[in-house]
Order: sequence, then structure tokens, then C-alpha cells
Amino acid sequence: MEPGTESYNLRLYIAGQTPKSIAAIANLRRFCDEYLPGRCTVEVVDLVQNPRLAQGDQIVAIPTLVRRLPEPIKRIIGDLSNVERVLVSLDLAATPPEGTLQ
Amino acid sequence: MSLTSLAASAEPETAAHGIAKTPTGVVGLDELTGGGLPAGRPTLICGGAGCGKTLLATTFLVNGAVDHGEAGVFMSFEERAEDLAKNVASLGYDLEKLIADGKLAVDYVRVERAEIEETGEYDLEALFIRLGYAIDSIGARRVVLDTIETLFAGLSNTGVLRAELRRLFEWLKTKGVTAVITGERGEGPLTRHGLEEYVSDCVILLDHRVTDQISTRRLRVVKYRGSAHGTNEYPFLIDDHGISVMPITSAGLDHPVSQEVVSTGIAALDEMLGAGGYFRGSSILVSGLAGSGKTSLAAYFADATCRAGGRCLYFAFEEPPRQIVRNMRSIGLDLQPWTDQGRLRFSARRPNLYGLEMHLATMHREILELAPAAVVVDPLSSLVGSDTNDVQNMLLRLVDLLKSRGVTTLFTSLTHGSIELARTDAQVSSLMDSWLLLYNREANGEHNRQLYLLKSRGMAHSNQVREFILGSTGVVLRTPYIGPEGVLTGSARMAQEAREKAASLVRRQAIEQRASDLKRDRARTEAQITALRAELESQEAEAKRLIQEAESREALLEQGRQDQQSRRGGSARRE
Repeated sequence: MEPGTESYNLRLYIAGQTPKSIAAIANLRRFCDEYLPGRCTVEVVDLVQNPRLAQGDQIVAIPTLVRRLPEPIKRIIGDLSNVERVLVSLDLAATPPEGTLQ
Repeated sequence: MSLTSLAASAEPETAAHGIAKTPTGVVGLDELTGGGLPAGRPTLICGGAGCGKTLLATTFLVNGAVDHGEAGVFMSFEERAEDLAKNVASLGYDLEKLIADGKLAVDYVRVERAEIEETGEYDLEALFIRLGYAIDSIGARRVVLDTIETLFAGLSNTGVLRAELRRLFEWLKTKGVTAVITGERGEGPLTRHGLEEYVSDCVILLDHRVTDQISTRRLRVVKYRGSAHGTNEYPFLIDDHGISVMPITSAGLDHPVSQEVVSTGIAALDEMLGAGGYFRGSSILVSGLAGSGKTSLAAYFADATCRAGGRCLYFAFEEPPRQIVRNMRSIGLDLQPWTDQGRLRFSARRPNLYGLEMHLATMHREILELAPAAVVVDPLSSLVGSDTNDVQNMLLRLVDLLKSRGVTTLFTSLTHGSIELARTDAQVSSLMDSWLLLYNREANGEHNRQLYLLKSRGMAHSNQVREFILGSTGVVLRTPYIGPEGVLTGSARMAQEAREKAASLVRRQAIEQRASDLKRDRARTEAQITALRAELESQEAEAKRLIQEAESREALLEQGRQDQQSRRGGSARRE
């Protein structure tokens, strides 16, 4: 599959309507519209409603974004405000921006 | 020595005001802490790798679930639930069953730095949610976090981490659960990441040391807010029964004391002891050179105990039990029936297998399990530490334990050298109530055994030496010959006895001879008397006859005269 064409399945874990969670949802929406138009499925899981689901994906921090597809699974924690980091983490960057790769 | 008894004596006043405690169920730890860990608060257990932190934490949960009806949550950051279950299965803890019964919940939290990207602000609310969910789902009262420092390895934002940890421990307090947090020992004072800042209600330090190739584990309660506690290091043991800690059971010397007397197994020895045997609950030391008969004395005592209906626990550090039984048969003592009946239990192990503390702990456990009336430690001298202080210390604890249970104990000890005893013996003997010394005396080319009763507290006792003979019919204590040449034993004694027997035989024969002589003399004299008497009688008879004859002749003569007169005179001058 060529990069740029796979469909992304993303799951965002939040815990109630906290400022960080709301920010994360907003950031994610913006991100998807900009970088993954039309090929992104987003699911928001509120752990306050469904605590049992935290164990399955090994969620420790809130908010956490889990990229379930394409594999491998990646976990990104934080409110997703650092867009460049999000791009790198999701393997969406064409060339890695300098100085940000670890 | 520390304050366990102070805690005990302080209890009546502070019981109503002191903090509530959650019992751990770990043998010895609850005594040390005066009841267990602080209820509703977090306790930090730290130690190096392999110290037993996870095991202690797991034991805390399992005991809570099984013995106290308190469900528990184990949040594991290092091991998966299956691995955890396997690790403790050998101790008889069935984690899977407890989970199935809803008494335990295990949540494995994996935090791998490689899998996580940090992009922006976050907090650890999911952790709280998971923990809260687990606690609420089974109504847990106990929680273990093992080991939360893994979070520091996985997440790089230490500022957030520290803030969240502080929040977590506060949250645990509001949940009212008793939490155990494990932490890895670091370079600094306690834990690598300074957990003791947040968890400061109770801190327990575990240690695993190797000295002289023998490893010992030690536990210390560094801090316990709101409660008196033993502050020393205490040895603890991990074996297939789990964890057990060995505190000194009583800081004071207030053991129960008995007036009863138990037999030594040898009648003559019972006589030597003024009370008729050993006092129940006393400690007895039998010291002597190699081959002097210490094990035999010990075996007799074991036999006497079983005969009287009690159980005896025999710790053998030198000879295998079967060998002891076989050897005792040669002096006419059969211990096999008692072993078969379960009255006599042998516990044999090599002395250099463990350190002193481990020996003490295993002995402690067996004594608690069997609850014997008597214990034999044979020989004590093989439990040698690198330092005589260690032996003294360990012995003090052991004797303390035994006395507090009223167990009569016999220790054998190998002495070296002459009758001037080894230094260890002198130190050890002060803990003993009775001290028997078996001494081999060389004389005339042979070794004969002698028994000295050096001391026996609380009773008058014989101060005389006895010859100690091990024959095929058993032990014989014989009073040796004490004469002008000194004490004679063995063949010298037998020779002397033979001599005396011969001498007394001669004397007896002389007496008999005198007696028969006397008899003969008497017979002869009596015969003489009889003869003289017979002669006297015949003489008397003769004399009587003569007298009678003379009288009758006289009478006749008188008659004749009268007749003559009457014929001659006619007128008789008659008045």
C-alpha cells in the first residue's frame, strides 16, 4: 500500500468533559480534516462511562490517542496540541522535521 | 532491644485512641508493628532487587482475602497476571481461584516508553479510573501497587508524574483502602525516585545480605507514624510456606514458670537431680567431648518425653536420624516406635546450609507447627556463626521462644580440649538452667566416661561425679570408687571392686570360722557341764543312800538301846 492512501482507525480516550479532553477532541477533529480527509474513522471513548475499556488498550494517561489501523498500534498521549509531533507519531510526515526525531 | 513490650503495655490506654491497623497475616510482622499496617493509609515497602517486596505485597493481599474477608486489588506494573499467579503458586496461593471468586483483581499496566509518544498536556486520570474500577468491582479494602516507579521509566514528564502520584496517594486515602506500594532501593536514602516523600505513613525496608557466603534477609520498620514499633532489623525467611519474620517474642523475661518435673529417662540421673528430673520448660545443656555420650543422653530424654505422652522435636545437625535410631538400639533404646507414631519427629539439616537466622526461623516454624513438649538440639555447637555474638543472639531468641511456650529443651554441645570449657560453652551456659558435663577420663590406658552435674538451677543436686557406662542394656550411672588414690573408674574401678570383694569374702570367712569355733567350744563346754552334773547327781544319790543307811542304823541302834533299857530297868524314867 502506498503511504497516503490507507484508512486510519483512531480511538481517543478521554475521561469526562475536562478542558484537556475537550481540547484533544477539537485538536483531533482539526487534524483529521486537514491531514486525513475522508480516510479517518474516529471513535471517542469516555472512560468515565466505560472504565472497563481502559485495561484493554493499556491506557494510563488521559487523553490518549490510539492508532488502531494501520498497524502497528501507536499510542499518543497528550492533548494533541503539538501537531508536528502528532504527524511524526502517526507516521504521516513525509520527511521528518529536523530536530524532533528522538 | 526495642519496644514491642512497650507497645503491648501501652495498648490498654491507647487502644481506643491509637490508629487502626490492618493485619498482614505475615508471621512475626504483625507482632513487630503492633497489629499490622496502618489501616486506610499507604505503606511503602522498599528494597533491592529480589528482596521479596512483591511476595510480601502478594501475601498481604492473599491473607486479606482468605483470612479476613477483605478483597484486594493488585495493580502490577512489572508482571502479567499469569506470571504473578505462577510465581506464588508454589506457596499454595491460588490467585486464579481468588480472582474467579471475586476476592482478588489483578490489573497489569504496561507502560513502554517506546510505544508512547508524548504530545502536549496530559494527566494520569486513566490510571485512577482503572484502579477505581477494580476497587469498586470487588469492593476491595486492600490495594497493592507494584512497582509504581515503572511509570518513571515509561513517561518522561516527571513534573506531571510527581503531581499525579501525590494525587494518587491522597485519593487512595479517601477511598479508605490500605495500600502497599513497593519501591526499588536506590542510591539515595530509600527509593530511587523518592517515593518516600509521598508515602510516609509507614515505611518498611527489606534487605538481602551475603556474609561468609551465606545470605540473610532482614526487615526493618523504618517509620510508622502513630504507632510504637520494633525498630531493629529482624531476620526473615522466604521458603515454601511463604514469608515469616522473626522478632524476639518478649522483651521482658516474663515467661511462665512451672513446678512440674519431667524425667530425664535415666533413673539414676533423676536421683542426682534433687527435684527428681528437669523442670518443665527449662533449658538443659549437655556438653562433652566427641564420643562422650551426649546424643545418648538426648535420646533418653526424647524417649522419656514420648513415654510420658508428649511430643518431641529432635533437631539433628550432625547425624542423620536413621543413624541415631540405629545407634541408640545398640544401647537398648528403641526410638523407632515413637517415630512411627508421630510422637518423635526428627528434623535434620546440614548446619552450613543456611545462616543462623534461617535456621532459627525454620526451627521456629516447626516448633509452632508441632507444639512439642520437648525439643532436642543436637548439637548446638555446629551452628556456628562467623561471630560468637551471632550465636549468642540467635540462641537467646530460640531459648526465649521455647521458654515462652513452656517447652523443655535439651541442647548438646561439643567441647574441645580439657575440662576447662570452650568460651562458647561458657557464654551459652548462662542461658541454661541445668548443665551436665560428660568427660572422658584417661587412666591406665583407657578412656572412661564420667558425668558431672555442674549446675541445676532451682534444685539441690548431687555434686558427685558418676561413671557413665553405655552398655547394651542401657545407660548405667555408677558411683565411682573415691579413695586415697582419687577417683577410679573403668577397669581400675573394677579391679578395686574385685579386690574389695575378695577382702570382704576373706573377712566373712573369718567370721564364719569364729562362729563355728564358738559353737564347738560351747558344745564341748556344755558336754563337760553335763558330765559334771551327772557325776554330781550320782554323788548326791550315793550320799543320800549313805545318809539313809546311817539314819536307819542309828534308828535301829536307838531302838535296841531302848529295848535293852526296858528289859534291864523295869521303871523307866519317863517324864
